[in-house]
Amino acid sequence: MNWGEFFFMNGYAWYIWGSYGMALLIFFIEIVMVRHRKMLILEQLHLMRNVENVVT
Amino acid sequence: MAINWFKYSAPSTFYGVAGKMVPWFSWSAAILFVVGLYIGFFVAPTDIQQSEAYRIMFIHVPASILSMFIYLVMAGYAALGLIFNTRLSSMMASALAPTGALLAFLSLWTGALWGKPMWGAWWVWDARLTSELILLFLYLGFIALHASIDDPRRADRASALLAIIGSVNVPIIYFSVQWWNTLHQGATVKFTGTSMHVAMQQGMFTMMLAVWLYAIAVTLLRVRCIILERECKAQWVSELVEVRR
Repeated sequence: MNWGEFFFMNGYAWYIWGSYGMALLIFFIEIVMVRHRKMLILEQLHLMRNVENVVT
Repeated sequence: MAINWFKYSAPSTFYGVAGKMVPWFSWSAAILFVVGLYIGFFVAPTDIQQSEAYRIMFIHVPASILSMFIYLVMAGYAALGLIFNTRLSSMMASALAPTGALLAFLSLWTGALWGKPMWGAWWVWDARLTSELILLFLYLGFIALHASIDDPRRADRASALLAIIGSVNVPIIYFSVQWWNTLHQGATVKFTGTSMHVAMQQGMFTMMLAVWLYAIAVTLLRVRCIILERECKAQWVSELVEVRR
């Protein structure tokens, strides 16, 4: 079996790679969004801490 | 063996525990994805009836089963939060919802891409497909309801109720192929055995385990964010290394 034949998937290429492509995209987006959320909350916590330090 | 489980139900303790668990779940998920895809694409034989198109199964079935399972776990956590008033349970429910919603969407998407070549239609109003679509809406409803109420504890209680009532839908999805005459095929893997080729089973179960571990890892990452967001005024948060640097 060569790679061209493999990617052709006997004519079902769009359906199969469309499925796995979407899975990859979803997992990728989810991980990026969670990491972004973590960055945002840590930034906010830094700010809160700095404000407190100025006040006290 | 006496483990003080209540100790781990404190967000301050669980934050650290979750952080230590994330790499283990992430790496084992990554390894199982590679193994599962290898089995699914290179070991499992071509199907007699569905040719190569059946290979969508290796992502479609895990996504579908996990979308249902995560809903039940989410409803369970929501119920715990409602009954025992434990904050961490409600946070876990909130952390599970987006992952469940994404998997429900993935199930519908991969199902459509499987349905088109096999049935000739992207979508039909079949009992299985429709109840899975309702599951997606339940997840979105849970997220939207939680986000629409300012007081987090009140939001927890309101959305917990929605999650618990909505869990009726999960057995409906599961048994839909038996109760109604559906275009969607019936269960191939049953408690009494299966007609599936061994390599197909191995590929499917490996992928299922991979998606499961992935879901745990990303939920733990998300619950850590939720804990920080909700406990931002707590002393222990301001003493964290990642906050102090």
